[in-house]
Amino acid sequence: MRGFDETLLDEADETVRVRFVVNGRKVACEVAPRETLVDCLRDKLELTGTHAGCEMGACGACLVQIDGRAVHSCLMFAVQADGARIDTIEGLTESGAIADLQAEFHRRNALQCGFCTPGMLVNACELLSQVARPSREQIRDALSGNYCRCTGYEAIVDAIDAVAKARSAGGAR
Amino acid sequence: MDFGETAVKASAFSYFRAATIDQALDAHARAGDDARFIAGGQSLVPALSLRLQAPRLLIDITHIAELRGVRREGACLRIGALTRHCEMLSEPLIAEFAPLLHAAAPFVAHPAIRNRGTFGGSVALADPASEFPAMTLALDAEIEIAGASGRRRVKADEFFFDLFETALQPGELITAIYVPLFKADQRFAFDELARRRGDYALVGCGMLATFTSDRIDDIRISFFSVGNRPMRAKAAEAALIGFGLDAEHIAAAQAALEDDLAPPENDEVPPAMRLHLARVLLGRLLGRLGEGA
Ligand SMILES: Cc1cc2nc3c(=O)[nH]c(=O)nc-3n(C[C@H](O)[C@H](O)[C@H](O)COP(=O)(O)OP(=O)(O)OC[C@H]3O[C@@H](n4cnc5c(N)ncnc54)[C@H](O)[C@@H]3O)c2cc1C
Ligand code: FES
Ligand code: FES
Repeated sequence: MRGFDETLLDEADETVRVRFVVNGRKVACEVAPRETLVDCLRDKLELTGTHAGCEMGACGACLVQIDGRAVHSCLMFAVQADGARIDTIEGLTESGAIADLQAEFHRRNALQCGFCTPGMLVNACELLSQVARPSREQIRDALSGNYCRCTGYEAIVDAIDAVAKARSAGGAR
Repeated sequence: MDFGETAVKASAFSYFRAATIDQALDAHARAGDDARFIAGGQSLVPALSLRLQAPRLLIDITHIAELRGVRREGACLRIGALTRHCEMLSEPLIAEFAPLLHAAAPFVAHPAIRNRGTFGGSVALADPASEFPAMTLALDAEIEIAGASGRRRVKADEFFFDLFETALQPGELITAIYVPLFKADQRFAFDELARRRGDYALVGCGMLATFTSDRIDDIRISFFSVGNRPMRAKAAEAALIGFGLDAEHIAAAQAALEDDLAPPENDEVPPAMRLHLARVLLGRLLGRLGEGA
């Protein structure tokens, strides 16, 4: 890699080219260094399933997976993700990986306006990949950074709990 | 565009991804120190978005291999600056040789923030409400710093000066933190009181003690969210060294806290309440230590 080139300092307003693998597809786009990943995903790549709420790490609406781990896309600039694998709610749903979570959220009314839902699902997906049978306490703990202004959380915890039980009963995953 | 006080978009900056420590230091210097290193970005990105900071240059240090990894080095565990909060939970060497950090990690923020936030970033920021900076004090850790004049190591006791002020000079980089290996005759305890799990603590405390049977030979007690910086409770420590953990000595340590802590005036939590909470927490943790925690 090259060392630091001072002319870079005068190029703060210029865009740079970044490449990622988003939902399994290779994409390249031009971003300003100050553009957050959530803005890039929503505005440039038109993946509006990832939501922008507080834009400071507090609400969890913007969660995506970077290289397989849940991350706030508002707490990252798109340039930092250059070269990374990004999976958004669109990719997770299309692959069928969280079909059971989606169905259970639906069945139990674990969403109303749906603003928080993508973030809830990304978080639930990671929790269940790490802990096969989380307690309700562990589920609540995992969701501590996700705000929901509609449901009161109980139905969300119920849905994740039910999927955890169903998955481990099925023996799969 | 003028975003005024409600800005949630950062000012323009240039971005440089450093491959080595030297490249990172060089870039910082050549930007006239009007630059910031970015590690996990979990504190810096919000600060940039709110325009509390507006550097010309952002230097991404996350691709510098030398800042990574956890390994034994002599009597210490070398924890690379880029070690993520989530690795404090998953890395077996941490669980075995720095169990106090392992115990503190679940209290740091929320899972997704732990997936990116780094140990070095947390110590560099030195937020007085943060868990890890305070634990470096309890562990008698050393912070390794790289700068224009080379490398040096600073004891945690000499690292935290005042509110967000540390021994780190502008343009210097934390490369690793060295923690003495946990030993068989030692015990540790950690807990915090917060309104909600994942929130910053109202008061938090961690401790590491060396015992001869049930007598304390040495103890280091460190508090966070009790002042302008993480704080050792030296008077409380002195009240315990040489004794067993009976009710009398626990009470003496709790009483001594008054001389150790300087809770700030704060609308939400008056100093007297914080001191009270610190005493309650100290009592609980010493109780657990007595049970062999
Ligand atoms: C909603 C929310 C809740 C949080 N709750 C908690 C909590 O309960 N407890 C807690 O402790 N933290 C909490 N945090 C902060 C989080 O732990 C951060 O990850 C951490 O404080 C900083 O680490 P970072 O790697 O993200 O640093 P960055 O944000 O990248 O950097 C922080 C500062 O340190 C400097 N820096 C970073 N790395 C180095 C280095 N190696 N050498 C020199 N300077 C460096 C940067 O230049 C910057 O000034 C929370 C954050 C959010 C958004
Ligand atoms: S928009 Fe990212 S946490 Fe709220
Ligand atoms: S469903 Fe509306 S915020 Fe959760």
